[in-house]
Amino acid sequence: MTDSLLSGHDLHKTYGSTPALAGAEFTIRSGEVVAIMGPSGSGKSTLLHCLAGIVRPDSGTIRYDGRDLTAMSDGGRSALRRSDFGFVFQFGQLVPELTCLENVALPLRLNAVKRKEAEARGLEWMERLEVADLARKRPGEISGGQGQRIAVARALVIRPRVVFADEPTGALDSLNGERVMQLLIGAARSTDAAIVLVTHEARIAAYSDREIVVRDGRSRDMARAA
Amino acid sequence: MRIVLVMSIGHTLLGLLESGPCHGYDLKRSFDERFGRDRALAYGQVYSTMSRLLKNGLVEIDGLESGGGPERKRYAITDAGVTDVEQWLGRPETPEPYLQSTLYTKVVLALLTGRDAADILDTQRAEHLTMMRELTRRKIDGDLGDRLICDHALFHLEADLRWLELTAARLGELTLEIRK
Repeated sequence: MTDSLLSGHDLHKTYGSTPALAGAEFTIRSGEVVAIMGPSGSGKSTLLHCLAGIVRPDSGTIRYDGRDLTAMSDGGRSALRRSDFGFVFQFGQLVPELTCLENVALPLRLNAVKRKEAEARGLEWMERLEVADLARKRPGEISGGQGQRIAVARALVIRPRVVFADEPTGALDSLNGERVMQLLIGAARSTDAAIVLVTHEARIAAYSDREIVVRDGRSRDMARAA
Repeated sequence: MRIVLVMSIGHTLLGLLESGPCHGYDLKRSFDERFGRDRALAYGQVYSTMSRLLKNGLVEIDGLESGGGPERKRYAITDAGVTDVEQWLGRPETPEPYLQSTLYTKVVLALLTGRDAADILDTQRAEHLTMMRELTRRKIDGDLGDRLICDHALFHLEADLRWLELTAARLGELTLEIRK
């Protein structure tokens, strides 16, 4: 795959004496949705964290848009995360002191966008995620499903080229989980963003274009296995 | 459905024969011990299946024994038979409910014959997810009725996948059990 946007090659990562990644491979193109599946403790979240530049692998290379992520400074990777990557986690991880709109606008504010413009763009994304009416509420006043939609809006507000979603529906019931996935995939497709989706739920992985399976820190590309 | 069942009995007997030549009676016993807990194989079915495999060149007669009773044939698998088992194990089953017994048979035979059982499970997982993707697309584009119908199929396929995952995690344990 020569036109990959983000790729990881021969990734190794050990925590203490526990190997989390042992030669994992990964590749994704613009606009593609790839699910990372595998049992608990298999290394799938570590793989996502390495690809997103949150964790530095012990060895191996990660390339993003022609750049070697593993050779970048911590500051360089942080700047890249703020400008190019969006994140959705299992429990939303919204800032409880801020309103929902301030939460959505936060990534823009961190990129030095003025408050008024940041909130206007934030509100547009909240409308797309069908949660604009929650703009002035705080995270403690809304449901888990609503919170995840806010988190998706926050991830997409900078128009990221890659969205990293780590068990985005893990804390939701089936109906809310499906709705969040449909909104996430639809919104990302409309901006040609790639989605790296970590999940252990097959029904959620079925929203992806293809999946890789991680076991004991090694990955297997199922499109190539089939 | 009946043809599929007969075919998989043929492949299962072939797979069992790969460990070494044996008589029809021993094959039946081996089949019943491993796969026939709820429903033992009838003698007639074993002999008719072996005749078919013989005719197709997948097994050969390894020896004849004559005692007080009828003549006893000892069967051995041929190279063509080994290839046939190999292809059957590597080919994913069409995803459908109650598939587990066929997959369980494939996994046990792979372990018995030193093949990669994890590979069989992974190939099947990919086949299931392909069908789940198709149903998910149909669901997104469809009306509420489509969604309900697709969801029913998706939940069944997901149950299969959970079984595949659990079995993959238990392969080490299953290998020890089978080799006892």
